[in-house]
Amino acid sequence: MAEILVLVDHTDGAVRKPTLELLTLARRLGEPSAVFLGQGADTATEVLGRYGAHKVYVVDAPEVEEFLVTPAVDALTQIAESTSPAAILLPSGPDGKETAARVALRLESGLITDAIDVTADEDGPVTEQSVFAATYQVTAHVTQGVPVITVKPNATAPEPAPVTPAVEKWDVTFGPASAAVKVLSRAPRERSDRPELTEADIVVSGGRGVNGAENFAVIERLADALGAAVGASRAAVDAGWYPHSHQVGQTGTQVSPGLYLAAGISGAIQHRAGMQTSKTIVAVNKDEDAPIFDLADYGVVGDLFKVLPQLVEEIERRRG
Amino acid sequence: MKIVVCVKHVPDATADRTFTEDGNTDRESVDSLLSELDEYAVEQALRVAESGVDADITYLTIGPDDAKDALRKALAMGGDSAVHVSDEDIEGSDAFGTSLVLARAIERHGFDLVVCGMASTDGTMGVVPALLAERLGVPAVTHLDELAIEDGAVTGRREGDSATVRVQGTLPAVVSVTDRSGDARYPSFKGIMAAKKKPLETLDLADLGIAPEQVGRTGARSAVDTAAKRPPRTQGEIVADDGAGGVGLATFLTAKKFI
Ligand SMILES: Cc1cc2nc3c(=O)[nH]c(=O)nc-3n(C[C@H](O)[C@H](O)[C@H](O)COP(=O)(O)OP(=O)(O)OC[C@H]3O[C@@H](n4cnc5c(N)ncnc54)[C@H](O)[C@@H]3O)c2cc1C
Ligand SMILES: Cc1cc2nc3c(=O)[nH]c(=O)nc-3n(C[C@H](O)[C@H](O)[C@H](O)COP(=O)(O)OP(=O)(O)OC[C@H]3O[C@@H](n4cnc5c(N)ncnc54)[C@H](O)[C@@H]3O)c2cc1C
Repeated sequence: MAEILVLVDHTDGAVRKPTLELLTLARRLGEPSAVFLGQGADTATEVLGRYGAHKVYVVDAPEVEEFLVTPAVDALTQIAESTSPAAILLPSGPDGKETAARVALRLESGLITDAIDVTADEDGPVTEQSVFAATYQVTAHVTQGVPVITVKPNATAPEPAPVTPAVEKWDVTFGPASAAVKVLSRAPRERSDRPELTEADIVVSGGRGVNGAENFAVIERLADALGAAVGASRAAVDAGWYPHSHQVGQTGTQVSPGLYLAAGISGAIQHRAGMQTSKTIVAVNKDEDAPIFDLADYGVVGDLFKVLPQLVEEIERRRG
Repeated sequence: MKIVVCVKHVPDATADRTFTEDGNTDRESVDSLLSELDEYAVEQALRVAESGVDADITYLTIGPDDAKDALRKALAMGGDSAVHVSDEDIEGSDAFGTSLVLARAIERHGFDLVVCGMASTDGTMGVVPALLAERLGVPAVTHLDELAIEDGAVTGRREGDSATVRVQGTLPAVVSVTDRSGDARYPSFKGIMAAKKKPLETLDLADLGIAPEQVGRTGARSAVDTAAKRPPRTQGEIVADDGAGGVGLATFLTAKKFI
């Protein structure tokens, strides 16, 4: 069966959920092989096998941590050249997309970024993308070389398909340091007890209407009552009220949860670009003309500082 | 220091953008402008020039005739000259065609620093800067929230996939900057008038030694099969808070099984 390479996104061997989604998608196209860069392969192998990786190619070289992107490009290109895969899947994110593009250039292959679905066709993978601020749905395919595809989080639900992977260590020849970018320091994203934005089934977001960092407690309390992730508009992030890693929108994270609740957010196109594919949208805004109501399945015209605390109380009451 | 800033002329992101029948961006039905995310690239280049470095700033765009408007807008913000690459055969290029044309134009002009936006507001791939660096054989110091140029190197902060990193590459280099790198200035009236007199050169594929089949739809390595408008979302029930708005919302969420 055709081999499909999947680049593993991990921190010290802790595999992130989007990788499991990639492995699940890869099984539609062929037999997944995971490409693991850096330290922690021993921890990761069991999980990768559980989600169907028949092979795990391990590149444990210091360069992977010392330099940005290019070591991954060298590794993936060299592995692809000798394994001739039928497709290469990577996570969509600045690192994944840049790696994908450079690998595709070296392999003289085509590239599709930000796929929200990948299916098998007789001529190879067909992708689905959501474009123009999520107002259009596009299907496309690569017409030259090995299709290189980056996939957004939540494209599919990870499904286990356990196998015992064969682990192969790889020695990679790295390119000249003069064309490389040194990583001077690295601060892994802080993990909170709340679900990650891209992984959550419910997202509660606050905007300029929250009016202050300390007031975000109102958003957090509702998020905790619903088991949700916390999001923010760019206005709230720019004001310094909430970290940028929580920004929803064109230049933040694009989410597609079961429920998106926007409080004190007007609904600018750049914000909509990051949330309008959510299944159910709820808005709380004191301005009845706010554009966010145009896409809301349910809206409350009112003060978020009254509506949200009452909602939390009511959730607690209903749960007894 | 020779700085080249790559700017893209894109359909207005706040309008209803559509596709033509052959799957290309419809540039007729919607006004186009300088990609808002490239204004940040212009701003950072101007700040480098203002920091005391002896800099010469050239803007570079690929696009049809009216893409010149993006160059004029950038020139009105500051900088020295502009290059417009325009050729019918470029239409329908993918990221590889686009980066090939940009790289050749940059090499022709010469550079110490190339500044790009983090992504265009239409294609939104965010890969052209990395492809340029790969083609030019120089470091790609990309997706920076913050940058400084000192002692022949670019240092910056980047929010990557799972970590925030401080990174450094030596010049010559390609950088790209995010919308958090610093607010872009507005062109002044004086700037707008001055922009009209700044040199603007127009090039085609032959000037860059690129064969037509290397770019455009012929050279593209991917193809769009279908482009369909998503059904617009319909408005549901909107209620005014009469003092029990939270309770009403709880009832909706319970019915939808979120509670
Ligand atoms: C290139 C570019 C990229 C961008 N990327 C993003 C992005 O990724 N994400 C993003 O979000 N934006 C992005 N923006 C910014 C976007 O255009 C808007 O400026 C931003 O989304 C506005 O945030 P907001 O809705 O919180 O603020 P506002 O538009 O100011 O809206 C605040 C809302 O809160 C309501 N309100 C106030 N007080 C209360 C209260 N007590 N109770 C209830 N409601 C209240 C008001 O009625 C108003 O509707 C981008 C812009 C550009 C140009
Ligand atoms: C909706 C849509 C989806 C697409 N999907 C794909 C795809 O999956 N695969 C593919 O190969 N192509 C795709 N394309 C085509 C691709 O967007 C264009 O080829 C484009 O030229 C390069 O990608 P980008 O606009 O996304 O640039 P980005 O990589 O997002 O641009 C980053 C920066 O590069 C510079 N830059 C980019 N274009 C220009 C330009 N014309 N002139 C000057 N500077 C520029 C700017 O500084 C910009 O900020 C798509 C296009 C659209 C409209």
